[in-house]
Amino acid sequence: MTKSFRTIALVGAAALALAACSSKKDVLPPQAWQAPPATPAPQAPIDQPGTVPPAESVTSSDYGAGQAGLVQAAGSDTIHFALDSYALDETSRQILGGQAEWLGRNRATVTIEGHADERGTREYNLALGERRANAARNFLAAQGVDTSRMSVISYGKERPAVEGSNEAAWAANRRVVTKVTGGR
Amino acid sequence: MKPVALFALLPLALAAPASAQLRVDITGGTAQPMPIAIPAFPTATPAPTPAGTTDAVGREVADIITNNLGGTGLFKPLPAGSYAAPGVAQVTAPDFTSFRTAAAQALVTGTVTANPDGTLAIGCFLYDVFTEEALVRRVFTVTPAGWRRAAHKCSDLVYTRLTGESGYFDSRIVYVAETGPRTKRVKRLAVMDQDGANPRYLTSGQSLVLMPRFSPVSETLTYMSFANNRPRVMLYNMNTGEQRVVGNFDTMSFAGRFSPDGRTVLFSVTRAGNSDIYAYDIASGQSRRLTSGSSIDTSPSYSPDGSKIVFESDRGGTQQLYVMNADGSGAQRISFGSGRAASPVWSPRGDLIAFTRMDGGKFRIAVIRPDGSGERRLTDSWQDEGPSWSPNGRVILFSRTDRNGVSKLRSIDLTGRNDRAIPTPTEASDPAWGPLLP
Repeated sequence: MTKSFRTIALVGAAALALAACSSKKDVLPPQAWQAPPATPAPQAPIDQPGTVPPAESVTSSDYGAGQAGLVQAAGSDTIHFALDSYALDETSRQILGGQAEWLGRNRATVTIEGHADERGTREYNLALGERRANAARNFLAAQGVDTSRMSVISYGKERPAVEGSNEAAWAANRRVVTKVTGGR
Repeated sequence: MKPVALFALLPLALAAPASAQLRVDITGGTAQPMPIAIPAFPTATPAPTPAGTTDAVGREVADIITNNLGGTGLFKPLPAGSYAAPGVAQVTAPDFTSFRTAAAQALVTGTVTANPDGTLAIGCFLYDVFTEEALVRRVFTVTPAGWRRAAHKCSDLVYTRLTGESGYFDSRIVYVAETGPRTKRVKRLAVMDQDGANPRYLTSGQSLVLMPRFSPVSETLTYMSFANNRPRVMLYNMNTGEQRVVGNFDTMSFAGRFSPDGRTVLFSVTRAGNSDIYAYDIASGQSRRLTSGSSIDTSPSYSPDGSKIVFESDRGGTQQLYVMNADGSGAQRISFGSGRAASPVWSPRGDLIAFTRMDGGKFRIAVIRPDGSGERRLTDSWQDEGPSWSPNGRVILFSRTDRNGVSKLRSIDLTGRNDRAIPTPTEASDPAWGPLLP
């Protein structure tokens, strides 16, 4: 990494990244993606070669229908946790089981996002969010989902689902969200 | 905003011998602030400069010094009407009777002159009002763009002469500027002078950024960026715009902090639920792992001599503070008592460690000795976290989030007095104090 200094100002780099992102979106064919039927689909559109750009070049919003399919099959894309815990409870296992089943039928890739509530320090919550996302990833892997289809990211307490400093908000924010990011 | 290009110090005369009795007690718990007069700095002939007319600059210089010294809680600047404002002739020969009548113990004054070459000469004089002794006599020559730094340099001289400790006014703060709803918060890196002047943004807000820190020796920052959805510790050179990723890891890295010599960045790397501390050598680009095991080990901070590292770990079940040798050996827990302890940072003086004490549902800023003794809680609010020391180890910056989720920057004296707001244009978090400027 010694020689990897890049002489780009931060703002410039961000602008470039944004430009790259939008141009990739532009080349996406209009009909590249359709929602798979709720019941077992013979073939998901994303399986067709050449119709979908690489997973890392698009955002999850481009695959909203895929997200809807996962939610419909599993009951939710989100699981919740007890305070300062990354243990999966029975409800979480059921939801993740449904997600694993859907992932078995649809060759989508997912990003597993870990989150924490505000009652932890910034650094610790980043690590805790990663533990939670990792617990979900391990469960999905044990259900047969190939680890190469799953990436993990932690947002710590930086992206709450709900505003507020109360038990209900905290409970809603201690979560892992499985986001469909593309096909392969 | 460029750094000040020209900043020459032209000493007129050395400060008076250190026999003066005038001294502010900064260690006591009940110190009375010293009454001090800081009249507008006069100018012989008002002249236009890019920074404003010289008499306007003279008023603002006095305001900046007043704000700096008054903000410490150690000085009580007297209202301008309580004494006769000096003219240019009185700067070198003050009418002490007027200041004695106003009960001032010290007088800060000076002149503002526009030089033919476009620079400004800003004098800085400190007098003991009772002995009539000149304790500081200095002239700063600055570019018009850098005139505020002369006021900060003057504040540092006065502070040092009257407290016996180095100052912290000619320094900057890096922080995270926050806008938008909390569920979709936009966070940008921002830098400003320690008094909130000259704010500027370093990132666009496109990517989430967290936990910036200043190098103690160069114009370099470390921070965490979520660019391309790859959360990693970065190095950024503010002079050249160069930046690079710290370490060569494919998973999340965070909590970067410089060593006192600026050559190493300590940080955490997370993999499969396990966070360990690494040391990254900036020159070679090599990373060395310092902790292991399945615990969350993070927030590493070197002692000023570089021989020890304080960090937080949940290896004992909950987040607590540990001190280890710089090579990772000999970790000893130092925080006990109720609740959890997090985000430690070693004082530049070495005698204390500031950290976040989590107890009873609240986060407070606290200090503890490196051997684990003498814990004191300095603040009491809803969520105070992420302490950072002033360059002289007297004042601690931190973020305060209130019950409505509003996040602001604050500072507090290590005695626990003088809990005050640091002004920022937007909501703000993760402040880190930079070194005293040259």
